[in-house]
Amino acid sequence: MIVFAAGHGPVIPNFGGSSSAYACERANRLFCSGWVSQNWSSVLWPALRQHLVLTVIAVGIGFAISTSLALVAHRRGWVERPVVIITSIMYTIPSLALFELLVGVPGLGLSRTTAEVALVSYTLLIMFRNTLTGLREVPVEVRDAAAGMGMGPMRTLLRVDLPLALPAIIAGVRIATVTVISLATVAALIDNEGLGAPILQAISNEVFKTELIVAGGMAIALALLADGVLVLVQRALTPWARAAR
Amino acid sequence: MSQTSSAHSEGPSPYPDAGSQAAPLVLVEVTKQYRGQAQPALSKLSLEVDAGEVCILVGPSGSGKTTAMRLINRMIPLTSGDILIGGRSVLRRNPTELRREIGYVIQQVGLFPHLTVNENIATVPRLLGWSRGRTAARVRELLELTGLEELEGRYPAQLSGGQRQRVGVARALAGDPPLMLMDEPFGAIDPINRARLQDEFLRLQQRLRKTVVFVTHDIDEAIKMGDRIAILREGGTLAQYDTPADLLMAPADEFVARFVGADRALKRLGLATLEEVELLDAANVEVGDRRVPITSTVRDALSQVLAAGGAPLGVVDGDGQLAGSVTLELLGGLLKNGALAAADSRSSSAEKALS
Repeated sequence: MIVFAAGHGPVIPNFGGSSSAYACERANRLFCSGWVSQNWSSVLWPALRQHLVLTVIAVGIGFAISTSLALVAHRRGWVERPVVIITSIMYTIPSLALFELLVGVPGLGLSRTTAEVALVSYTLLIMFRNTLTGLREVPVEVRDAAAGMGMGPMRTLLRVDLPLALPAIIAGVRIATVTVISLATVAALIDNEGLGAPILQAISNEVFKTELIVAGGMAIALALLADGVLVLVQRALTPWARAAR
Repeated sequence: MSQTSSAHSEGPSPYPDAGSQAAPLVLVEVTKQYRGQAQPALSKLSLEVDAGEVCILVGPSGSGKTTAMRLINRMIPLTSGDILIGGRSVLRRNPTELRREIGYVIQQVGLFPHLTVNENIATVPRLLGWSRGRTAARVRELLELTGLEELEGRYPAQLSGGQRQRVGVARALAGDPPLMLMDEPFGAIDPINRARLQDEFLRLQQRLRKTVVFVTHDIDEAIKMGDRIAILREGGTLAQYDTPADLLMAPADEFVARFVGADRALKRLGLATLEEVELLDAANVEVGDRRVPITSTVRDALSQVLAAGGAPLGVVDGDGQLAGSVTLELLGGLLKNGALAAADSRSSSAEKALS
């Protein structure tokens, strides 16, 4: 799938025109701002949007699965071990290998679904662990008081356990989000979308690196921005966590 | 069992006073046997607590006092026997609904860290489905009652240990429960603040007259807080159930005598104030310039006489006027001639708290 330019000597790519518009590219500079402004709306912006969609879907599905598993493990302790073992294995498989492996699965192939399956599998361990730890760290006396005042198990979960676990849960979502934004660039190998697409394009081109630099920079910026937004969300949802004497 | 209150029903009921409900509590041969343990944690405990009385469960560790308390609101299941609140068996009640009608205070307080003081206090009213307005009014009433107005809107992390426990008590009172369970509520507080919280609670209790089951391992706290004290021994059997005065004057056996302490005569004197003593006429006794207020306990007065080398003391009333005098002989004879036997310990300790 990845075709590295073979042969000898630098290959000057044909940028589709011979006018002076491509002077920068022909001069073989590392970064051409003209290219960025020319290709923003046709290449970079769509790639950014695709990247965001890939990330939101992966983190969303991963969150739903890992939170459900954590709630089950919270009630039934024995569930934790098998979940950790399976998700740890998923987490440690090298991403390239996993993507290649999934492409071979019937019904998946080179599709966005395949990319999402891989991305989701990397979020599970992080979010499962964090959510479960958050739930387990709810102080015993707080649970005792809740039960003693007549809160049923469901109400205790919704009104006490989950709100108190929220800082840990959101911390898990933050790590998972940054991880997925980074890994989603590799997913472009399978479905050729997102910020990974221009990066791969640039890798296959030995000379011209502007796409790589810009798309890579955008992925980093997206990760920082997403993390920052999640920090703000956490602050808004848990005003008590910062309350101190 | 005079004033049987039919525990809260669902409908809104008016609150003429801050507290209006109290129910008698009866434990009938209550036994708790944990699986895999040779000895029962609690063995055939029978107790009757009148409505509006404070019953203290006291004993060494392993005597089952906390177990007994937690059986009442069904936090742990009963092995055998029965518990009646206001004449109704707790076994026939849904545990969750039952607990909403019983105030619950524990040593570690267990305030919800993510909720403000107000929201914490509103917990049980919300569970009972009270309207927003009624809940808010009740929360305000309790903040006033417990003197916590300045803590309104704060989070538990912003409170001191004593403040947290006050909020814990207010939260337990919010649903106007006919019965309160308190498990070593002041056990984690430093001695000075503990005494203050005890006094505050006695003052509150004088107004509210709830039925209270109060667990402690501290006999002095038991004597100070209790209308009646149940002393439990290891293995969860009842050693004696009596008023503080009777417990101190007539311990049932060696275990009780040791538990209440060798200074039990002094503790008994600590239950009465000089107001209950027939003072000597100050004119007949040579008193120096040493004075003791009439609101002092007999025990404190005796201590001052001893500090003065056994010399008599002048007793002054609230206006600073000499009301009489006390001598070592007078104080020393109080327990022997039964002069204090009639004194009601409860009122004296409550008054002491109020003074």
